[in-house]
Amino acid sequence: MAKAELKTKQKTVIEDKSSLKGTLASVFFVGAFIIVTWVGVYYLFLERF
Amino acid sequence: MANETVAKVKVDPRDAKLSMAHFFVAFSALALGGLMGLLQTLVRSGKWELPWGIDYYQVLTVHGVLLGLVLTTFFIMGFQYAAVSRTTGGHSNAARRLGWIGFWIMLIGTLMAATMILLKEASVLYTFYAPLKAHWIFYLGLTFVVVGSWIDGAAQIMTYAKWRKNNPGQPSPLLSFMAVINTVMWIVATLGVAATVLFQLLPWSLGLVDTVDVLVSRTLFWYFGHPLVYFWLLPAYMCWYAIIPKIIGGKIFSDSLARLSFILFLLFSIPVGFHHQLTEPGIDPAWKFLQVILTFMVVIPSLMTAFSLFATFERYGRSKGATGLFGWFRVLPWNDARFTVPFIGMAAFIPAGAGGIINASNQMDQVVHNTIWITGHFHLTLATSVVLTFFGISYWLIPHLTGRKLTKAMNKLAIIQAWVWFIGMTFMSGAMHFEGLLGGPRRSAFSTYGGAKQAAEWIPYQVAQAVGGSILFLGIILVLIIFVNLAFFAPKGEEEFPVAEAEDNAEKAPMVFENWKLWLGITAALILFAYTIPFIDIIQNAPPGSKGFQTWNKW
Amino acid sequence: MHMHKLEKIWLIFGISALVVFLTVIGVSAFYLGNKPPSCLTTIDPEKVDQQKPFDKPGLNKVEGKAWDYELVFVASAFSYNPGKVEVPLGAKVKVIATTKDVIHGFNVAGTNINMMLEPGYVSEYTTTFDKAGEYLIVCNEYCGAGHHLMSSMIEVVK
Repeated sequence: MAKAELKTKQKTVIEDKSSLKGTLASVFFVGAFIIVTWVGVYYLFLERF
Repeated sequence: MANETVAKVKVDPRDAKLSMAHFFVAFSALALGGLMGLLQTLVRSGKWELPWGIDYYQVLTVHGVLLGLVLTTFFIMGFQYAAVSRTTGGHSNAARRLGWIGFWIMLIGTLMAATMILLKEASVLYTFYAPLKAHWIFYLGLTFVVVGSWIDGAAQIMTYAKWRKNNPGQPSPLLSFMAVINTVMWIVATLGVAATVLFQLLPWSLGLVDTVDVLVSRTLFWYFGHPLVYFWLLPAYMCWYAIIPKIIGGKIFSDSLARLSFILFLLFSIPVGFHHQLTEPGIDPAWKFLQVILTFMVVIPSLMTAFSLFATFERYGRSKGATGLFGWFRVLPWNDARFTVPFIGMAAFIPAGAGGIINASNQMDQVVHNTIWITGHFHLTLATSVVLTFFGISYWLIPHLTGRKLTKAMNKLAIIQAWVWFIGMTFMSGAMHFEGLLGGPRRSAFSTYGGAKQAAEWIPYQVAQAVGGSILFLGIILVLIIFVNLAFFAPKGEEEFPVAEAEDNAEKAPMVFENWKLWLGITAALILFAYTIPFIDIIQNAPPGSKGFQTWNKW
Repeated sequence: MHMHKLEKIWLIFGISALVVFLTVIGVSAFYLGNKPPSCLTTIDPEKVDQQKPFDKPGLNKVEGKAWDYELVFVASAFSYNPGKVEVPLGAKVKVIATTKDVIHGFNVAGTNINMMLEPGYVSEYTTTFDKAGEYLIVCNEYCGAGHHLMSSMIEVVK
């Protein structure tokens, strides 16, 4: 019983190790920040004469 | 166990001495240049004036030259020299001699330029735009700094070449490869500033010629000026890619992609100088836009870098059992200054990079050009991302070189220092960005502009900059305390020079990355493509030249 | 050389964003005429006052051009001529400026009129003054001891 549990746990760790979904989420946050600031200043450019 | 053998690999003590010589100059420049920065923010708040006839623009020149040119160049050369020594097994006597010669020439040049600035013979800022005409000794001093850096850099290239010869068919050590890329980029880039100083400004300031072609001089300056900022940034990237993974206990995400990103920096950092000249006359808008496109190309290696760094952190975190989307973030070694200090620098590069894309966006530059937004921008890139990473490097490299230990107390102080810096910079750079969007100019002393309503709106931001500047100066004092401690007083011991390794199953880096003929060829082709026709246009359509002006306050 | 699948997704996304940015500013610049100021006209910096249009600084009505007025500025350390000028609201104006000595900046604060003035070159920017108010012109390129005192004022009036 205990042995089986240990095994599943280990398996999850290995699966998780190769996951980079947090990285993808983080870089998309960076991308969103870049787009929002760029659009903001572009709006200022359009707004001004 | 394997780690322990790596930990014992030390920079040769003779190389350590030369690196330390660089760092003494760099940190002296930080002390004095930082003080000048404090004075500027205080003056511009309008609440305080400079005593004893000291001039705001003289102070500004000292600040820019010491922090933009001296601190950076000396630190970078010292760090790269040590990194090459550590990863190739040490410099030869010949390379070391070359390094010392370069160091002394740079130092003499620095002292020449500094003397002229102190005598108020060169209050021309670190960009020294003609037709402001400084004393010829100032220009000669700058020439010495540049030539010295070439010789200093040649030492790194020599050692790299020797390693390649002794290890045929092997990809060079990552840190050495990166150092050499940066040195090569620096040499190619400084050809521009050397050309304007040697062929235009020096003969003109000596009175050998009467006039100078202003736009040619500016174009040559900015041919150098943009790769200059990448010359500052790449050593920070070296730390992020190839050192930080070791510090946290992880692995390099991808050795090959790290090399690829450095190659891309070499190719695309240089043919982009026009994006500093977007609002100026005399340059065809089509050529400006072409260089804008090339500038956007140089964003790509930074996008790659962002992914690699997050991936390194996530892999490490998950190997420690972290779960969930962001669980890995919490298990990073936040109590280790060697990680936390550069990490704050990395985080600052998110707004810094976003601002950079805006600045380079052709006509959008009209919103921000030469406003204090730009000053805010490069105080995030250079004065936060780069400089905090340099501090983070110093905290292990200096004790490594001096045979001492970073103590627990100093480690804690270093982390406090970085947070102090972060808070100060949030105030100062944040206020600069917002004031800039309202039109507040950069490089200007306090002024009410005749009581103009718009200028009055800028003043609260300038007060915020003075608050931020004061906090930052506190940060500089803390850095200097740590530096002096690590150089002279910390307990004797061994501090590791961390060098990260690739994942065990990683593929070998392709040898094409070491094909310098190929990369230098493409670099040259891109430069010729981006510059030849507009440069010929500028020369052919040149107006009558400008005689020199000295419009600044003299003693 | 291997690249992780998620990194490919990120790079495709990032590069696409850059391409969109470039397309937006490219179309705006080359099809809608919003190029940054890039006038190619040259002038003898020592004879600025004798040459058209700089012999008549200030707001000048023009006929038969794509703009209604020419607003002419002459910069020199540390002032602009004229020091103050009124522009009628809604006027389409070509701002024309140059410098007689060192490099100066020319930024009408809070607007897109932001250009370098370099000796020997004429700088131009055409725009419609469609918002009333007082606009401060500041020199935003270091020009010497009085750099921060160098300013002018545009009043856009009904």
